[in-house]
Amino acid sequence: MTVTLEAATGPQPGPDPSSPPRPRGATWRRLRQDKAAATGMVIITLMVLVAVLAPLLTALEGQDTTTQHPELVDSASGGTPLGSLGGVSAAHWLGVEPQTGRDLFARLVYGARISLGVALGATALQVLIGVSVGIAAGLGGRFVDSALSRLTDLTLAFPSVLFAIGLMAIVPGSVPRPLVLAVVIALLGWGATARLARGQTLSLRTRDYVAAAKLSGAPPLRVARREILPGLVTPIITYAALLVPTNMISEAGLSFLGVGVRPPTPSWGQMLSAGTTWFRPDVMYVLVPGGALFLTLLAFTLLADGVRRTLDPRNTEVAA
Amino acid sequence: MIGYLIRRVIGAAVVLLALSAIVYGLFYAGPSDPALLACGKGCTPDRLAVVKSSMGLDKPLVDQYLSFLHAIFFGHDYSSGPSVRHCPAPCLGYSFETDQPVTTILGSTLPVSASLALGAMALSLLLGIGAGLVTVLSRRRWLDRGLNAVVLVGYAMPVFLVALILLIVFCSDLRWLPFPTYVPLTQDPAGWAQNLLLPWIALALIQAAAYARMTRAQTLETLSEDHVRTARAYGLSQRRIITGHVLRGALPPLVTMAAIDLAGIMTSAVLTETMFGLPGIGQALVSAVGSTDLPVIVGVTLTAGAVYVLANALADILYAAIDPRVELA
Repeated sequence: MTVTLEAATGPQPGPDPSSPPRPRGATWRRLRQDKAAATGMVIITLMVLVAVLAPLLTALEGQDTTTQHPELVDSASGGTPLGSLGGVSAAHWLGVEPQTGRDLFARLVYGARISLGVALGATALQVLIGVSVGIAAGLGGRFVDSALSRLTDLTLAFPSVLFAIGLMAIVPGSVPRPLVLAVVIALLGWGATARLARGQTLSLRTRDYVAAAKLSGAPPLRVARREILPGLVTPIITYAALLVPTNMISEAGLSFLGVGVRPPTPSWGQMLSAGTTWFRPDVMYVLVPGGALFLTLLAFTLLADGVRRTLDPRNTEVAA
Repeated sequence: MIGYLIRRVIGAAVVLLALSAIVYGLFYAGPSDPALLACGKGCTPDRLAVVKSSMGLDKPLVDQYLSFLHAIFFGHDYSSGPSVRHCPAPCLGYSFETDQPVTTILGSTLPVSASLALGAMALSLLLGIGAGLVTVLSRRRWLDRGLNAVVLVGYAMPVFLVALILLIVFCSDLRWLPFPTYVPLTQDPAGWAQNLLLPWIALALIQAAAYARMTRAQTLETLSEDHVRTARAYGLSQRRIITGHVLRGALPPLVTMAAIDLAGIMTSAVLTETMFGLPGIGQALVSAVGSTDLPVIVGVTLTAGAVYVLANALADILYAAIDPRVELA
């Protein structure tokens, strides 16, 4: 990694080749200057804020996720919300749900908690498992490496969404669903991270400073943590940025199929699934969760693409 | 080559075996009790014991797994009370919930998912390679940028959202296409294609953008190689160069990518099936989850896993066959 990063900073000679060639602040600056990535970051920050402040926001609106308002839907037509745009009003900022009349804004902001929470939680777990397995495989002996690599191959051979659907059948109902979702998605999706970490470790372990640490009698765990791990940060972050939207799609997909979070807990995928039968009389019910999902996914994808471009040593386009 | 082929097939078989052991173990050692579920509500302990032994669940898990494997090759008879249910040779278990062998369920649902996935794959390759070549040959920068934008948006677009939008626009608003219902290929090929057209497009759009980007990158790389320059120096037409020299070098990576993606497309197909109301393995799986029908869950998951493993093996073999530079290690 050292070599490629030095190449990235161009002709300016580093003061000391053993120190990190590029200060962390520079990467951050470049990322902020990348318009697409910056847009992504702004949207993500907003969404995270919405999720964190969900109780405050719904209190501000004066609604909650579960109260039904039968007086706001037209029972004669099967439950279409009364009023324009799915019943948008000063009291219900995004209108109400068909049939039940539950507040859509409240369900959307609480749904953000599930969608973002599950996606981020699953990503954190994936990185934890993937990096641990990858470093262990890269530093371990031939036997450990081949055993762990086969295990990695096996998880990559799983049709993960199908498998996750199946797993949902046998998890007891007493365990909180969002937790189950995050763990299942993570357990099925750490393979690629592990493969990346292993490859990186294999190339790092031949470096002189790692050899020096080993010769000085540092125990393997210390070598892994102090010498290998810092070298993994850049590629892993780049990859993790891509994992978040993938995990979000998995959660939305599972909830969409009806095996994700259980009602009345709202999640975007689940709202979308409920909305599919209503798109003719009440298109807002599809647009609201679908739009939120699309916007957030796009934001993460833009950010991930920006991170990749910024950290890519061959890239000189956005150099400050 | 033959040796490599044999090694690769054996490797795939080992992975399949491990996969089956893990899937079986996980689902049957899990916290849900299949016998209790099969027995239904108001089940007495005596009745439960009978159901347990008829399903073979009173034996140790390893024995159960071995008899599961045995049944795949030799079939199995399940006796529950007076009646005996026969499950013929490739037996992946018996669904007491729906009272039919799992293979029967797969037999009626797998063709639907396969039609969906394979058709979408063909369409996306066609669209992707075509669009990729167009961007290279026309050398228009906006085309290239547009392609990148589509890939980016496609990555952020869950396939069920694409499906929903297509359904609303083409079936509900414009009424150009009927709401899809599955018609078997053997019964009415035209109806089969007409009904699957929209689901194919939904699945293929995103994939096609990715292939287009890859085709573009590969073609540009091959165009700068020496043998292409030589061909050009001989005065060959641009068309001959592209079809005869460039595509040959650019295609192998695409083949591998496509074979690996087949598994991903299967997964997306499961999600779109529900959207379009097509009775594929995804619907079978979701309804099995609803009733905790473990044999169906295990059967469907394993079948999908097998498709995954075989597609990967096929990709490696095809790659080795197309590209003579690949070292068979």
